[in-house]
Amino acid sequence: MVAVERLVQAYRAFAANGASGAPGWLKELRDGGITRFGELGFPTTKQEAWRFTSVAALTETAFELAHPATRIPQLGEIQPFLLADGPRLVFVNGFLQRSLSTPFFDGVRLDGLAQALVDTPDLVRQYLGKYAAFADRPFAALNTAFVRDGAFVYVPARLKVEEPLQLLFLTTASRDGARPVAHPRNLIVLEREARATVVETYASLGDGVYWTNAVTEVVVGDGARVDCYRVQRESDQAYHVAVTDVHQGRDSRANIHAVSFGGALARHDLRGTLAGPGGYLILNGLYLLAGEQHADHHTAIDHAAPHCESHEYFNGVLDGRSRGIFNGRIIVRPGAQKTDSKQTNNNLLLSGEAHADSQPQLEIYADDVKCTHGSTVGPLDPKALFYLESRGIGEVEARRLMTYGFAAEILNRMDVAPLRDQLDRIVRDRLAE
Amino acid sequence: MLEVRGLHVAVSGTEILRGVDLTVKAGEVHAIMGPNGSGKSTLTQVLAGHPAYTVTAGTATYDGKDLLALKPEERAREGLFLAFQYPVEIRGITNSYFLRSAVNAVRKHRGQEELDPLDFLQVLEEKLKAIGWDDTLMNRPVNEGFSGGEKKRNEILQLAVLEPRLALLDETDSGLDIDALKTVANAVNKLRAPDRSFVIVTHYQRLLNFITPDVVHVLADGRIVKSGGPDLAHELEAKGYDWLRTGAMVS
Repeated sequence: MVAVERLVQAYRAFAANGASGAPGWLKELRDGGITRFGELGFPTTKQEAWRFTSVAALTETAFELAHPATRIPQLGEIQPFLLADGPRLVFVNGFLQRSLSTPFFDGVRLDGLAQALVDTPDLVRQYLGKYAAFADRPFAALNTAFVRDGAFVYVPARLKVEEPLQLLFLTTASRDGARPVAHPRNLIVLEREARATVVETYASLGDGVYWTNAVTEVVVGDGARVDCYRVQRESDQAYHVAVTDVHQGRDSRANIHAVSFGGALARHDLRGTLAGPGGYLILNGLYLLAGEQHADHHTAIDHAAPHCESHEYFNGVLDGRSRGIFNGRIIVRPGAQKTDSKQTNNNLLLSGEAHADSQPQLEIYADDVKCTHGSTVGPLDPKALFYLESRGIGEVEARRLMTYGFAAEILNRMDVAPLRDQLDRIVRDRLAE
Repeated sequence: MLEVRGLHVAVSGTEILRGVDLTVKAGEVHAIMGPNGSGKSTLTQVLAGHPAYTVTAGTATYDGKDLLALKPEERAREGLFLAFQYPVEIRGITNSYFLRSAVNAVRKHRGQEELDPLDFLQVLEEKLKAIGWDDTLMNRPVNEGFSGGEKKRNEILQLAVLEPRLALLDETDSGLDIDALKTVANAVNKLRAPDRSFVIVTHYQRLLNFITPDVVHVLADGRIVKSGGPDLAHELEAKGYDWLRTGAMVS
């Protein structure tokens, strides 16, 4: 409880100080968040959703609410985390760094949430906190308590944004400094028939221990299409906890890609809700783990309306003594007839000490539906290995090729070529180690 | 080209080949026929170096080298090719990427420069043209979601690109309808060359209606029990294998 109490204290200081100018509704939202977090506390492995993931190490670390960076990173330092050009928001320790960003507010809005709360509070209020429910999610509750800044993307009806909108979240924690926690809060709204691509990247410029506790709400209006790419390449000192909630209207489409490379401990709760008929959702994920890394993906696809289609592909590549957890829930609500849902989770174990848990969880309350799931955990297929060797490819190269293919299968579904190439290089570099 | 003498092979303690003798000269096409479970596939797998099979006695010499001392990839680089009965899926790797990796492994072994993607594309197009096929399979992951016919075609395509000197075809005809069979057989015929030998393993004679072998062997109960010319295949089609098996047991 010490850790919880510390956070509640931090909240009081935050509410009295940095957040005191907020509108009443936002104060209420934050108060609701901290109250619920106080009630829930940190999850324990006795809870089903956290059975395989202990956050003890996180609760034992005295994190401090992150401050704005004292030194602004140079463009050269952040370039490795960006696509060559294009609109972007760069956050350092949770605060929008305007000098590194290219916000715009004309029709389409791309700006920090803090600024949007000043400029267009009613627009933000309409969506903020409406989708990332926190009644049973302590980290989402905590993030809600500390809502201050993050990305705000708003695309009005029928507008199409061609270039990917890049959201980069950097931490500068150093080994000898404080251990910061940032609670970035992102709100991405596409009105009806709008279209946009968003790339959300988490990374570090420092060598210190830090904690990112992010929440992203994505609202996809009727007939809209969003392509979201989430790249988690935090440092190996990082604790990364995140919630993403995607809410889809009628005949909308969401392609959600999530790759997880970094973090000592990473947990991502990813939920897609198909709220209107004719929705189409792709969840396409990859986790590439080594050493002592631990990554836990809890996904949920909620078929709340009929005639929706969802495809989920998650691949894990685990080396060293790493641990990967995949929990894939598919809920088909009563009346969600003609649901078509497919889920696969494949885990490749490159070492005898790596471990993967794969748990599909289907809850089907309609009778005219098509739901399939499949999961595998195991080493490289010796039959495939021999097949490659029989073509002249040596064993080491054959193993690398097959492992690469396992990751490439996920990357190949990505449409943003420069990003795909960037991720492809990361994968190749990791496998060459 | 290939000289197999008294080859005995076991898998998990069970002996499957019990003294196989086989001599294949450069440019020859040999057909190996026989009933199910006679050891036909085992012979091709062991020659390609599958680790599950243990050679308990005998020798196999390829081009003057001790074939059995080479690793599977070394055999391939030396020009041996096995068209699999059950080609394996390689997820996430496109056919063209896979083939280029294989071609470059062979080229590197021969001291040739490796091909970049563009050079390779050119080579590939020539090969495809030579056997009269298009490139529809090239940008799909290796064998993933391929029909039975596509998988077999893909094996022959690899054969064409890798230009082996000894090609082993393991039941390449199985699971093919007559049109697919003709397509595959025509491609094989186009790939016949004075310095390239084929060993074609098949259960049925029908593939041999389209590819005329120089020698036909019957493998039964782990031994070659009869060898002859192309006519032997027709005789087997008419009479089945039982008369030979009985003979083998008597001798």
